[in-house]
Amino acid sequence: MDGVYLSIVLAPLVGALVAGLWGRQIGRRGAQSVTILGVGIAFGLSVWVFWAHVFGGAPVYNETVYTWLVSDGIRFEIGFLVDNLTALMMLVVTFVSLMVHIYTIGYMRDDPGYQRFFSYISLFTFAMLMLVMANNFLQLFFGWEAVGLVSYLLIGFWHQRPSAVHANLKAFIVNRVGDFGFILGIAALVLYTGTLDYAATFAQVEGLREAQVPLWAGYETSLLTLACILLFIGAMGKSAQVPLHVWLPDSMEGPTPISALIHAATMVTAGIFMVARLSPLFEASPTTLSVILIIGALSAFFMGLLGLVQHDIKRVVAFSTLSQLGYMTVALGASAYAAGLFHLMTHAFFKALLFLAAGSVIIAMHHEQDMRRMGGLWRVMPITYVTALIGALALIGFPGMSGFFSKDAIIEAVALSTLPGAGFAYVLILAGVFVTALYTFRMIFMVFHQPPGTRSTSSADDHHAQLASHDHTHDHHHAQPELRTPDAERVLRAPSHTPHESPPVVTIPLILLAIPSVLAGLVVGPLLFGDFFDGVLTVDPARDVLAQLGESYSGIGGFILHGLMMPPVWLALSGVALAWLLYLHRPHWPGVIAARLRWVQAVLLRQYGFDAFNAKVLAGGSVALGRLLWRVGDRTVIDGWLVNGSARSIGALAQRIRRLQSGYLYHYAFAMILGLLIFGLMLW
Amino acid sequence: MTFELPDFSLAAAELWLLTLGCALLMLAVFVSAQRHTLLYGLSQFTLAGALGWVWWSAPESRSLTFNHHYVADDLATLLKSAVLLLTAVSLIYTRSYLERRPHLPRAEFYVLILFAVLGMFIMISAHSLLTLYLGLELLALCLYALVALNREHPPALEAAMKFFVLGALASGLLLYGMSIVYGLTGTLELHTLAAHLSDPASLPDPGSLTHLAWGFALTFLLVGLAFKLGAVPFHAWVPDVYEGAMTPVTLFIGSVSKLAALALVLRLLIEGLGALAVDWQGMLMILAVLSLTLGNLAAIAQHNLKRMLAYSTIAHIGFVTLALFAATPAGYHAALFYILVYALTAAGAFGVLLALSGEHEAQTLDDLQGLNHHHPWLAFLMLVLMASMAGLPPLLGFYAKLIVLQALLDQGHLALALYAVIFSVIGAFYYLRVIKRMYFDTPTHAATPRPARDLTLALSLNGLLLIALGLLPGLLLALTHAVF
Repeated sequence: MDGVYLSIVLAPLVGALVAGLWGRQIGRRGAQSVTILGVGIAFGLSVWVFWAHVFGGAPVYNETVYTWLVSDGIRFEIGFLVDNLTALMMLVVTFVSLMVHIYTIGYMRDDPGYQRFFSYISLFTFAMLMLVMANNFLQLFFGWEAVGLVSYLLIGFWHQRPSAVHANLKAFIVNRVGDFGFILGIAALVLYTGTLDYAATFAQVEGLREAQVPLWAGYETSLLTLACILLFIGAMGKSAQVPLHVWLPDSMEGPTPISALIHAATMVTAGIFMVARLSPLFEASPTTLSVILIIGALSAFFMGLLGLVQHDIKRVVAFSTLSQLGYMTVALGASAYAAGLFHLMTHAFFKALLFLAAGSVIIAMHHEQDMRRMGGLWRVMPITYVTALIGALALIGFPGMSGFFSKDAIIEAVALSTLPGAGFAYVLILAGVFVTALYTFRMIFMVFHQPPGTRSTSSADDHHAQLASHDHTHDHHHAQPELRTPDAERVLRAPSHTPHESPPVVTIPLILLAIPSVLAGLVVGPLLFGDFFDGVLTVDPARDVLAQLGESYSGIGGFILHGLMMPPVWLALSGVALAWLLYLHRPHWPGVIAARLRWVQAVLLRQYGFDAFNAKVLAGGSVALGRLLWRVGDRTVIDGWLVNGSARSIGALAQRIRRLQSGYLYHYAFAMILGLLIFGLMLW
Repeated sequence: MTFELPDFSLAAAELWLLTLGCALLMLAVFVSAQRHTLLYGLSQFTLAGALGWVWWSAPESRSLTFNHHYVADDLATLLKSAVLLLTAVSLIYTRSYLERRPHLPRAEFYVLILFAVLGMFIMISAHSLLTLYLGLELLALCLYALVALNREHPPALEAAMKFFVLGALASGLLLYGMSIVYGLTGTLELHTLAAHLSDPASLPDPGSLTHLAWGFALTFLLVGLAFKLGAVPFHAWVPDVYEGAMTPVTLFIGSVSKLAALALVLRLLIEGLGALAVDWQGMLMILAVLSLTLGNLAAIAQHNLKRMLAYSTIAHIGFVTLALFAATPAGYHAALFYILVYALTAAGAFGVLLALSGEHEAQTLDDLQGLNHHHPWLAFLMLVLMASMAGLPPLLGFYAKLIVLQALLDQGHLALALYAVIFSVIGAFYYLRVIKRMYFDTPTHAATPRPARDLTLALSLNGLLLIALGLLPGLLLALTHAVF
């Protein structure tokens, strides 16, 4: 099996290297073929691995393939741990990646950086696979950083755009905060366990339960709680949980295919995956679970609210991603890891679908992303419309769609959870369902149904749009034409341009993603209540809410019927109804409401002031501190005394020593005799 | 005394080298020097054949022959293979250099190189003071002549003269030390010597007259060894010879011959006089500390790259001496590993200089200025080589330094390890300066012609090997581990 796993990982890497290093030689067609071939191989083999593990009963594979070095008993290795969880993640990652690769052919057709783009997304696939297949913390960290790097490169893909550069720096820096916590968490564990290996670490959990770490003089805390919270800070950065979420909305500066792949389906779920993979550790620290629960619930509700005031179609989907990641996080906090992973999987499908559908709309509108300029597209883009509708229904949890099962399971699980904070979380995620439905169908109605030109962009709320420091809609119009489509300017001036359905390379991935968006929910039984995750996830029996749920589980039909009697479905439907009322039936009402509740809208447009706080207090403070240190520490002490001072003295010394080499033979011979005498003197 | 027929098969490679070396010498008399390809091809054939013989004749276990004057063991096989491979690579680097300079005596160059290799082989396989000295002198005489080969170039003659006089002095001191050892023990064979010393009864008491005599012997021996290694204060010939000799010869002296020098130390000091480690450790420490200090500092002040690399060699030798100073198997292993890595890296660095030598001989920092502009691939290879010499991970040079430091720390020599690290940091300056000149400065010279294809290929392998083995250090470590 070694060969198979290695091929899965390496095939995309080879594709990325070939397309990246020899992109100019092999041309556009060559780059697209080689990367799609690489990812296709990875996908095909992943299907086989999934089959072998889930249905063929293949044993869990946990082997080291390469030892980099051994230092002080700690082994630095590359190894694979493949069990049902890994197999599932591999399948999701390679499938979505393959779809995105194909879609890219259509989306990036006119882009000068075509080969570079393919190289990056293939590289991303490699890094993500390394992350999910890791059997040790080192490789996990490698994958973690590598996906972060590729994400950075891709957000700033159009690096001629200042807003894209701003966004990728922001993503990078915010992730630094998370990763700092993450590596500290790993370090804390390694310090006490002396190993980087998962299995060896888990085996020591019982012994570490009582371990205390002195944080500062006279104050101790539990090692596991400390380590888990630090690890979770890493997850907060990568999976964009409050307050480290600020980078994700801006990441929409990148091309749409990567928003689908990286910032919706795969990379942002790395945090969720990591917590689930390390469930034996997290289970040992109920305090951390409470923290996770509350952070997740806050993200789920408050990030959803922000989606209500956005006009950029991609940003609406981005806020929706933040909110759904919050749901997954809540599930982890409630110890319903399987439900979180289940939602991760369904979300990967329907959110990738929604992003790609949004991309399809954007292509049709000639790279216009403002929903107020759209409308009535359902007639001209039937495939995009139907698939987007499927994605939206799955997202709001319409009974029978994939999202219904996963979201319902999470809500039910939280209702049963007895951890501190569970009640609070339950209220928030329930309210979140309503909000989700409202913003999702606001988007669907605005894009596909409203009569075109209903909303002028110079209406009252445009004034507020300028409040949002990162609403870059306007940048796009100015930056876009020279970079990509020369006729975009014309489109703006002449809104009568008729959009049309996208080419098959775009619509086929949409259709292929729509299928699992509908059907993926049917595996709810085995995944949540069956033995799919046996031996993979560890759950304290006292907190095993999914097992409690499973007692009353009686098949798909029963689950749906039960769901129909619970509040989430009705909340979702009323959200849809309200969206219909506000955006189709009475389209002038939103303006009226906004005018009345001006301060609420201002808060939402400012995204609760996180960006302002970060920019003024954190960034401003750091810059001021940096200036001070630079002036005093760097220029005077380090540059003046240490660097230049030492360099000057060493340079002077070097000149002096150089003079020792006089070039006279007798000096040399004398030096030798002198050396001989020194040795001789040592005899005494 | 009975006469037994020696097992010639163990020395098959030496016999092959000797035969073909003489044949080449004869051939050179009859063939015009213009037929360079023939001479080159025959030399490479000789080296390849010798490699075959080395591997074919490698015994299962350590075996002695020629009345215990000659030993064949894993160390010999490893070092001989390394010598042959590096010499072959050096010849590839050198071919186009010689072709551009018809006035140079080519046949003599190849003959001298082959006999130098033979000398190194004898040193590597020496198992008595006699054979050690024989090999040493054969090597040294070839090297003197090689340095002086470029007769029309006065600095070369000056360097050869200095090299010869100082070499004779060192040789004399070494021989004197050997004669004292013979006087004390009555034997020339290394294992009888070791057996004599391992007998506690015959180990000299501290303070006794015998002990003093041993001290003298060690002092003289060590001066000879230090001269061959080029350790401070017996290093003075190194910069002058490196700069004066033509670059192919510098390449040969700077990389291949260091392997033989280490073999000499390992055979004489460790195999023969290992029991006296306490006495020679102090001297090695002085050599190491002085070499690290002077080598790194003086290199900073150099503008000529060959001279800079000479001082860098001295600094690297300081590291090797430190590893030997540890006087543990781990230390010897580290020394062997370090010298192999060093020889590989140095060969590459001089190879780049040869690749850049058109009519004009590239040897100063200015010749490398803005190299990235003209030859990006060569610049990249040089970057790898310099970074490896500086000891940046994940290149091979990093591991070499790491295991030396590990061997030191295992013995509790924290201060020495720190000293070595500090001077490595200082040393990084001049390596990084080369990189800076190549990448960040604009070129002042016109582009040199594109180097020959075989040269580029060999150089690429040389550079990439440092990366590959740096990522997989286990491969080389396993090889060197098998020796000790």
